[in-house]
Amino acid sequence: MKTEDLIRAIAADHHPAPPVAGSLAAAMAGGIAIAALLFATGLGVRGDIGDALGTVRFLLKPAETLLLAAGAWLIVLRLARPEGTRGLAPLLPGLVLVGIAVAGELATAPPGEWSTRLVGSNALVCMVAIPAMAAGPLAALLLALRRAAPARPALLGAAAGLLSGALAGTLYAIHCPDDSPLFVVTWFGLAIALTTATGGLAGRRWLRW
Amino acid sequence: MRAADAGDEMAYRRLLEALAPAVRGVVLRALTRAGAGTADAEDVVQETLLALHLKRATWDRTAPIGPWINAIARYKTVDALRRRGRRAEQPIDGVVESLPAAEAADGLARRDAERALAALSGRTHEVVRAVSLDGAGIGDTARRLCISEGAVRVALHRGLKALARRFAESSE
Repeated sequence: MKTEDLIRAIAADHHPAPPVAGSLAAAMAGGIAIAALLFATGLGVRGDIGDALGTVRFLLKPAETLLLAAGAWLIVLRLARPEGTRGLAPLLPGLVLVGIAVAGELATAPPGEWSTRLVGSNALVCMVAIPAMAAGPLAALLLALRRAAPARPALLGAAAGLLSGALAGTLYAIHCPDDSPLFVVTWFGLAIALTTATGGLAGRRWLRW
Repeated sequence: MRAADAGDEMAYRRLLEALAPAVRGVVLRALTRAGAGTADAEDVVQETLLALHLKRATWDRTAPIGPWINAIARYKTVDALRRRGRRAEQPIDGVVESLPAAEAADGLARRDAERALAALSGRTHEVVRAVSLDGAGIGDTARRLCISEGAVRVALHRGLKALARRFAESSE
């Protein structure tokens, strides 16, 4: 087929193409709804939420994950476009907050307590619940991202995995009885790393265009 | 591109025709820089034009369009090189033997593109052929095939997506 013939066919196929960001926002809304449903039926808010809301260590958990999610969202929007640059700066606020929380914990808790706090009481549930709640948002995002045109499909998939993991982490933080930043950085970190890696693999497989 | 949003077919066609040489330039430069043959450059140009069309939702309407077009052309060129590289992964005994082999591979890709249209099936094939090769409008095509204009539009859009997929798979 000659290029001019192809152009004729393409031009005849003109119709408005709504921006990808809109589909992504819709996918996010659907994914969050699925995760919230899973949270409400399977986990629920922790029993002492009233007391917990008064402690900085509890409040730090969802604040960290929400900041990470916001940063990942900006990165997803950028990488969905072919000319998007790949800087990871949007993740800095979340990572800095995690760093401050960990430093504060190390400064205030006696060294003998560190390992107990790190191991916590619920690590296995955390490692299962976060990836499970991230699955819905990640699937919805990947589906919407098939309309995207990433120059780096695997990186975009990883950013979507990070976003889903951080959102799932935010929900789990409301359930989780372990408030030590040492616990959060270890087990939340591992679980979110898992969803990020999954997203990266999925991106390499499904987001090429 | 805004003309496509607004449904102005002629303006959109003029844009694509004006873009084609620029895209060809980017593709040729990228292929040459990679030390690759340029025999199937036109395939990459067509692939890029299809991608510009199918992925136009990823152009931020407030951003300059040049970098976006360049990025798509580069991605498609790199993708074509990667596919070609994979095809040439078979052990090659000597440089002399490898040269005709590489040329044969280029020729193969050209034929793949010719075959691409033929590979569309049924109504999709008829519609894409009518609109592209015969230059028929949507209305003419609908009357000729005795189907609704809506059906022509759907088939055309599907056909273009199938063509884009054919390009991506043709050499794997």
